[in-house]
Amino acid sequence: MFDDFLVRATVAGIGVALGAAPLGCFVVWRRMAYFGDATAHAAVLGVALSLATSIPVFTGVLVVALSMALLITSLNGRGVAMDTLLGVVAHSSLAFGLVAVSFLNGIRVDLMSYLFGDILAVGHVDLIVIWIGALAALALTLWFWSPLLLSTLNPDLARAAGVNPKRQELILTLALALIVAVAIKIVGVLLIAALLVIPAAAARPLSQTPEVMAVLAAIIAVGSVIGGLQASLLIDTQTGPSIVCCAAIAFFLSHAVRPLLAKRF
Amino acid sequence: MRMVDVNKVSVSLGGKPVLQNVSFHLDAGEIVTIVGPNGSGKSTVLRAIVGAIKPDAGQVVMPGSLRLGYVPQKLHIDQTLPITVARFLSLPKKRSGAKIAEALSQAGVEGLERQQMTSLSGGQFQRVLLARALLEDPQLLILDEATQGLDQVGSAAFYRQVEDVRASLNCAVLMVSHELHVVMSASDRVICLNGHVCCHGSPETVASAPEYRALFGTGTQGALALYRHDHDHSHETH
Repeated sequence: MFDDFLVRATVAGIGVALGAAPLGCFVVWRRMAYFGDATAHAAVLGVALSLATSIPVFTGVLVVALSMALLITSLNGRGVAMDTLLGVVAHSSLAFGLVAVSFLNGIRVDLMSYLFGDILAVGHVDLIVIWIGALAALALTLWFWSPLLLSTLNPDLARAAGVNPKRQELILTLALALIVAVAIKIVGVLLIAALLVIPAAAARPLSQTPEVMAVLAAIIAVGSVIGGLQASLLIDTQTGPSIVCCAAIAFFLSHAVRPLLAKRF
Repeated sequence: MRMVDVNKVSVSLGGKPVLQNVSFHLDAGEIVTIVGPNGSGKSTVLRAIVGAIKPDAGQVVMPGSLRLGYVPQKLHIDQTLPITVARFLSLPKKRSGAKIAEALSQAGVEGLERQQMTSLSGGQFQRVLLARALLEDPQLLILDEATQGLDQVGSAAFYRQVEDVRASLNCAVLMVSHELHVVMSASDRVICLNGHVCCHGSPETVASAPEYRALFGTGTQGALALYRHDHDHSHETH
């Protein structure tokens, strides 16, 4: 069944959606949307480096995304405001990446496929790598769910309960880098943050507890992947952006439904 | 029984000395309040006791088995994070419904389990934080400006609740406040802090100590201080 490119694309997309959705909840709760963006933009630099050194793109992106995330974490709180810092790091790593790509003489690089993803070109090996990466990110998030949640609520409260919030931040950063590295093939660098943030934000009005929000976000993300793939087939549109459009529609629908739900209580 | 021994603790934050040579202790069942102006290092002392800050010098000695309940300053929960009171109290350790109900009732807010944390009033929120600390079955309860943002009536009611809790659990209580008049009746001892321990003693003696009056500017400057304190430390940092 995996010989059909559409089946491979769907399965790959679902893998990334499942890994990204619970992580995306933390991105939303911790107001890290631009952090996700910065990590994702750094992926272009990772692509360029791995093409130049002929290591696998997944590895290159993972390494660069992780070091970028660590750089931001360690620079945070040293006299530069977080949004400024992210603005500098995100755009300069994107720019350096694009410049680095143009140095790659002799290698034809289809930059568009990295910027917007190329889900329909997912091969058998890609599928395995994507699922391993996504499952690893999901496992990290679920395994550390309680301490992550507590550190997100309040670092001092976490410390008093014997949880080290710095360590939790690091775990989150690692999971984020993993998702970015696998999602680059699905939605591309420019839209990875959307896949993290939008399903979680869409799930918010319908949720009473963090766990419900994470599950709903996963359902919305999977639905968006399937919907986006079908839509791109039916009306012949770019697949990655179509997936993000579906998630965005879910966001607007759930916020429109919220007042109706509120009346019930 | 000695609960906490803070022994000549000094802390610098960002190169700026916040605490210098601070020593005090807390015994079982005592309510001790630390008062001091903004920036006097009150919260830093608590953070050093909780273990959130490592002192540059000196040490905090506590029995290894000490169960500690911590009530932070009013904390902000982001609107994007949906969480019920019951779920909040079950973090990171899973708690039974009965335990949660009991803690909420001890804190004076029974029946709030299914409410969203973000929908609570300031007073309810602080009592839920108190309930959270009580779930640890604490031998030492630490409160950091727990009534910030509450009006005087709300603060007074909150501290009466803390007294009730102490009476029923027989735990020691260490709290930080900048409103001595509110915490006075509840405290056994008061420590006046301004980077170092300025004076300490019963609430009445601290309230009439010249150091306290110099810091807070209340009362007459030349009033006779009933409180005799040691002159073995300097005050030139004021």
